[in-house]
Amino acid sequence: MYFAKEVLSQSGELRRKWEDEVRKMVSKVPDQKERWSTVSDLEIKRLYSPEDIKDTDFTGDIGYPGQFPFLRGNQATGYRGRYWTFRMFSGMGSAEDTNKRWHMLLKEGQTGLSTAFDFPTLMGYDTDSPKARGECGKCGVAIDTLEDFLQLVDGIPMDKVTTSMTINPPASVLWAMYCAAAEIKGIPLTQIGGTIQNDMLKEFIAQKTFMCPPEPSVKIVSDTVEFGTQYVPKWNTISISGYHIREAGSTAVQELAFTLRDGMEYVEDVINRKGLKVDEFAPRFSFFFNSHVDFFEEICKMRAARRIWAKVMRDRYNAKDPRSWWMRFHTQTAGCSLTAQQPYNNVVRTAIQALAAVLGGTQSLHTNSLDEVMCLPSDSAVQIALRTQQIIAEETGAANTIDPLGGSYFIEALTNEMEEQAWDYINKIDEMGGMVAAIEKGFPQLEISDAAYKFQRQIDANEKIMVGVNKYVTDEEIPIPLLEIDDKVEEDQIARLTAVRRKRDNKAVKKSLDDIKNACKKGENVMPHCIEAVKNLASVQEVCDVYREVYGEYRDPGLY
Amino acid sequence: MGIDKKIKAGDVRTASRLIRDIEDSIPEAKLTIKSIFPLTGKAQVVGITGSPGVGKSTLVDGLIEASRNKEKTVGVLAVDPTSPFTGGATLGDRIRMQRHSEDPGVFIRSLATRGSLGGLSKAVGDAIHVMDAMGKDIVFVETVGTGQQEVEIIHYAHTVLVVLVPGMGDEIQAIKAGIMEIADIFVVNKSHREGSSKLQRELMAMLDMSPLAPGDWRPPVITIGNSFKPDDFEKDVEKLSASILGHYEHLVRSNLIGDRLRRKTIHELNEALRSSILEPVLRVLVSTGELDRMVEKLLNKESDPCSLAEEIAEKYLQGCV
Amino acid sequence: MTERKLRVMVAKPGLDGHDRGARVLARCFRDAGYEVIYTGCHQTPAQIAASAIQEDVDVVGLSCLSGAHRYLFPQVVKLLQEKGAGDITVIGGGIIPEQDFQKLYDAGIKAIFVPGATLDSIVRWINTNVKPVERT
Repeated sequence: MYFAKEVLSQSGELRRKWEDEVRKMVSKVPDQKERWSTVSDLEIKRLYSPEDIKDTDFTGDIGYPGQFPFLRGNQATGYRGRYWTFRMFSGMGSAEDTNKRWHMLLKEGQTGLSTAFDFPTLMGYDTDSPKARGECGKCGVAIDTLEDFLQLVDGIPMDKVTTSMTINPPASVLWAMYCAAAEIKGIPLTQIGGTIQNDMLKEFIAQKTFMCPPEPSVKIVSDTVEFGTQYVPKWNTISISGYHIREAGSTAVQELAFTLRDGMEYVEDVINRKGLKVDEFAPRFSFFFNSHVDFFEEICKMRAARRIWAKVMRDRYNAKDPRSWWMRFHTQTAGCSLTAQQPYNNVVRTAIQALAAVLGGTQSLHTNSLDEVMCLPSDSAVQIALRTQQIIAEETGAANTIDPLGGSYFIEALTNEMEEQAWDYINKIDEMGGMVAAIEKGFPQLEISDAAYKFQRQIDANEKIMVGVNKYVTDEEIPIPLLEIDDKVEEDQIARLTAVRRKRDNKAVKKSLDDIKNACKKGENVMPHCIEAVKNLASVQEVCDVYREVYGEYRDPGLY
Repeated sequence: MGIDKKIKAGDVRTASRLIRDIEDSIPEAKLTIKSIFPLTGKAQVVGITGSPGVGKSTLVDGLIEASRNKEKTVGVLAVDPTSPFTGGATLGDRIRMQRHSEDPGVFIRSLATRGSLGGLSKAVGDAIHVMDAMGKDIVFVETVGTGQQEVEIIHYAHTVLVVLVPGMGDEIQAIKAGIMEIADIFVVNKSHREGSSKLQRELMAMLDMSPLAPGDWRPPVITIGNSFKPDDFEKDVEKLSASILGHYEHLVRSNLIGDRLRRKTIHELNEALRSSILEPVLRVLVSTGELDRMVEKLLNKESDPCSLAEEIAEKYLQGCV
Repeated sequence: MTERKLRVMVAKPGLDGHDRGARVLARCFRDAGYEVIYTGCHQTPAQIAASAIQEDVDVVGLSCLSGAHRYLFPQVVKLLQEKGAGDITVIGGGIIPEQDFQKLYDAGIKAIFVPGATLDSIVRWINTNVKPVERT
């Protein structure tokens, strides 16, 4: 019983008066539309009041920050000790260009690094592969060998700054390069911190950078978790991602449910396959959410995520260490909400989405630049995006108090509702036999397809609005300076790669690739061999081809 | 070069357009089909049927590979349903076979049912002729997958595969529907799933009780495992491929090719007669408004369908009936 | 003249796997009465051209969000032309800055649709500009 009986009865009385008043007014001035809903089409009431949360258990459901179930935050002190990390996702063209952009961002006040790779690298191909034609450097940095990587991190204090790398099938290879680079700089692996995204399940569901079938993909993920647990204790070996699921068109509840259920799949795999105890590795699992344009839905989603994960870890997996119960997450504002029309509007959208993430308690944040609907962000656009975070932190008061919206009837009610719907999905997937089984059946993929189609239809019918696109449309073109990646980058990169292949000890490369192959076949951990291979200047594709050979390539069932 | 010569030479573009002309009922197409008819009769036609979601397309993708490994050229006709509301169709089978798209020995063509029942399109028969005339060794015809209505396929194929999946309730439904009788080979796909042994047992029991097909062919039950495990999947599909070829050899040995051909020809002739006799009559009835008047009569209970049809028959088939 | 059904292919060339737009478009085309083939992600221009010919489509819609459209889109047009299928209309969409439009038009892309284009506008364009080419 959250409220005293008198409060509820008083509220009931006042509510009836209010409802009468509403009826009178609406008969004279009808509502602008019949149904008011979030961008995910979750219906929202005109008003929320004590009755909506009357069954809430204060200690068990809401509680205090730093206390189970961590609804109000993982840590007791909130942002006063440290703001969320300003971590701008970036990568462009060559390693040299990206290194310049990284130094610029650090100088402008960014507090953590985040790597965007180009498509050939993301898919485990070298720049000179025929599949890579036309793609080099276009949406991120091109990395083929450790030589490129060393240039990428040139001058970066790897023991002081944490680096996130958005990389999935070849995560083991790129992480091996990071570790090798640290060792070459004399920094022990125990001192480096960062994250590899390394979440293969969401690739099959949404992002579609895949390589091998689900089961061996999960095995390689478990290898990295085991290696990190033993040798790189400050590293987050998975960033279990909902961002891409949302970008593919899912609803907020689907993003919440599928992401957490993916996390559960990884927990179970590491326990079953590697025999590790949950508290040994769970504190290093991290998450990655989208912050979409519906302000309150996003805040409630993030709060619900913390509560669900805490319950899952303590009650389902019997984790004892509170750090295993914490859901720590990075957020990126929603790319799919940005428009090519009237691009300066995107600054506003990003700001509101960033604020939602902060009020949702994110540990780390990337803000999109206004021009990202058209190309990679220009220097000036990325500066505005970074300043957005800094203004929120320093000027708005959002960081003054922990979980400012906690206790709001609306926020608590919506958080409860989203949690309930998420559990429905989680239970359904459990019944199917888990996430890998659900993926095989095409369940999450089709849910997302349906949601994406429904949303587009709502936009086309003007049931949902995108300002500048289907309302407040202007004809005039606002020219904004756009960044262009020179096609010459590909030429240069191929030349670099060719030179590396010529100068390296190819026998040593072959031996280390064979070692990886044997480790795969025997079910052993591939990481130590990956590090060896990249030190010998094996390329990203050369290692990935070993995985492809042993495990086969994933053939997408193509459900849409 | 005439169209028929281009078809014989294996010109894909011409062949695909000819199939399209048939689908769109272009009159000249019929003439071309007549001219290539003598070139047909060499391909093994394999029909693949089963409920939606059993994995037919993934199987066909595997069978293409297995056939190519034996150096056979392959044609695929993949049929998907036309939406009765919009007239459009998502032809979604090809996406699972794309790794073969550049192989000049493989020709994959998607078709929509365009209102036909029975899981196939009206154009399928002629489309098979086209691929046959091109010289394809084996032509896979993948039906829509509504399951129970899909016996049409027996009129076109030498070998019919019925694909089942454990746990989909297929077991009981299929036995009731009669679709079990058309199978030359049963495939238990996704056999790693729960219920697989039960399904296999049920199939075996049913086969034990059924009379043998002409020539003593007992339909084998072939299990195919998880397609997410490519190596094992490939081995299982190879077994299926061998069984398919084995069935054709059986037909040849037992002199049953002629029977299948006869069955197919009867069906084709019926279809052609229906097309040449019924459709022109229907067209006249529609355009003169006679059909609408007949419907009104029926709605007003002034007559019954049989009597009206007899009147029409008498009118148009004077002296024949 | 018999009314032909329009056959449309939606294709994603290159390594980009962001297929939300392509999948939504495929469904929309079905709703518009077309027969649609979606060839999935990670297709090479050669695979797309070969498939378009096998399926005798009237339009190929290319989607690319990775910035590699400058090479990939013209390559599809080129391959279709080389194989004698230059009459197939090729249109494109995705993350394409306006400064690239003219080069794409010059290479034979007939229309470009960027984020914000409604599904109906794409269907309208196709209905207005594409008729199945009759070949003897």
